[in-house]
Amino acid sequence: MDRDEFTIASATGVEVKLEVAGAGSRAYAFVIDFHIRLILAIAWFVGFALLSIGHVFPSPKSHDTPTSYILAAIVPALVIFFLYHPVTEVLMRGRTPGKRAAAVRLVTTSGATPSTGAILIRNLFRLVDSLPSFYVVGLICTLVTARNVRIGDLAAGTMLVHDRTDALAALVALGSLAGQTNLDTAALEVARDLLERWRTLEDSHRAMLARALLRRIDAGADRLALEMTNGPELRARIESILNGGAAQ
Amino acid sequence: MSAASGTRGWLAARAPVWRALGQIALTTRRSRNLTVDGAQELLDGYRSLARDLATARRTLTGSVVTTALEGVYGSFHALIDRPPRNSWAAMLRLLRSDVPAVMRSLRAPLIGVTALFVLSACAGWWLIATFPELVGLIASEEMVTKVEHGELWTDGLLNITPSSVLSIRIFSNNIAVSIAAFCVGVFYGLGTFYLIALNGMMLGAAFAFTHQYGMAGALFKFVVAHGPVELSVICIAGAAGLSLGESLARPQLPSRRESFQQRVGELAKLFPLLGALLIVCGLIEGYVSPDPSFPLASRLVIGACYFLVMLAALSGRLFGAGRAG
Repeated sequence: MDRDEFTIASATGVEVKLEVAGAGSRAYAFVIDFHIRLILAIAWFVGFALLSIGHVFPSPKSHDTPTSYILAAIVPALVIFFLYHPVTEVLMRGRTPGKRAAAVRLVTTSGATPSTGAILIRNLFRLVDSLPSFYVVGLICTLVTARNVRIGDLAAGTMLVHDRTDALAALVALGSLAGQTNLDTAALEVARDLLERWRTLEDSHRAMLARALLRRIDAGADRLALEMTNGPELRARIESILNGGAAQ
Repeated sequence: MSAASGTRGWLAARAPVWRALGQIALTTRRSRNLTVDGAQELLDGYRSLARDLATARRTLTGSVVTTALEGVYGSFHALIDRPPRNSWAAMLRLLRSDVPAVMRSLRAPLIGVTALFVLSACAGWWLIATFPELVGLIASEEMVTKVEHGELWTDGLLNITPSSVLSIRIFSNNIAVSIAAFCVGVFYGLGTFYLIALNGMMLGAAFAFTHQYGMAGALFKFVVAHGPVELSVICIAGAAGLSLGESLARPQLPSRRESFQQRVGELAKLFPLLGALLIVCGLIEGYVSPDPSFPLASRLVIGACYFLVMLAALSGRLFGAGRAG
């Protein structure tokens, strides 16, 4: 997939390359966050109402709604709904549960973790980004700007980048496998990738990919025999090679 | 040794280092206060990642290893380059020097916005005084009926809504209006211009309307305790919005983006204090303004004193700006 990259100079002299997240990732993260805050706010409100029915808290009678009930039931629900983004972004250092699910994070234009001030500015400008409704201004701005940012990001000097949370685990796994096998790095990467995605691929596709890989890493393999080998056996053979077994 | 086995050996040798880096990253993310040793370990890890990435970019171009190293290096960069936790000292610096400095920079737009507000209020007054039938533009039918029957729409407000709820509603609304006055400045200041003009016009029109029924004094009595600060804060937010628009229309830095970002960063420092001032305004408007037991004199004293407190806060003197030196 062709993704926009953003390069930043670093103190070590080795540039940091960040993948800029597009409108799709933003929208995905927003939809998840929107539902989380909606559910939390409703849960508070409904939970409070249920507790008040059970007389844990005073319940409102007819038209005379007690002030304490309004303050304790409605205000926190509104606070949860409206302060969800700034609070989670500050506490999770540029992430929210939705952003985490969409594998994106907020950084400054120098690749740093944004400050509390920057996060608050970014969230103040939601007011403009959400105009006239459904974030139309923000969406248009995201589509037309070079770093796919909305007005809040332009104001705060932030942007959303893809967060490769599994990158370190992948590195460690590849390093460990490299110590056990004689495969070259490219084949090693393909083999590990195939095994990782094995369950998500269709039977015919994974078998085809496994045969192609085995033909490449095992030049002496009998092609006809490979065609007759089923999926589980193909997988076992790749695993065996990765674990140091000789290619046949 | 072939190139392939060399690369494989390098990968295998680095695996334990990368595993250790994972642990360092985890500890750093969870920890609020890193020790000196912990910070040194993080920096060493960052440097070693930079070396690994440089090697991978050279020898394994386009590979999964390089892509993964790019990701890890980027996240370590963000771990290293993060702002200090906001401290009490930072808050004091904001209130003592940053806010007064921003206020000084806003002098010209503030005069402009205040003039706009006053002129709009006069225009609103003239409009309703000349064409009373246009009152429907600024007031609901219920408000009009109440005034026609010799009552202000604010009379008996406390019988309908308790002061606490009223206060929350009012300060939330005022904070939203102030933020809007600032943010819509992004449309080259035009959004702020319209918003301030509209607010001024509505205030002037409301006074003209109540004046026709001999109730302008009652409206003045209602607004005098909270109004001076509330309107001042809205004008300051409007001045900030105009200044924001100016940073786009006449950028002081090489690009509009940079100019805009720099100005937003400066102006946003005002808003914690403006928000606090509006919260107190909301409390006055919820507890004092609708309560008929407060005579005009006490309202005038409250309004004047709070206005002086606002001036002291915005100049930093309230927080010891003059004494801090």
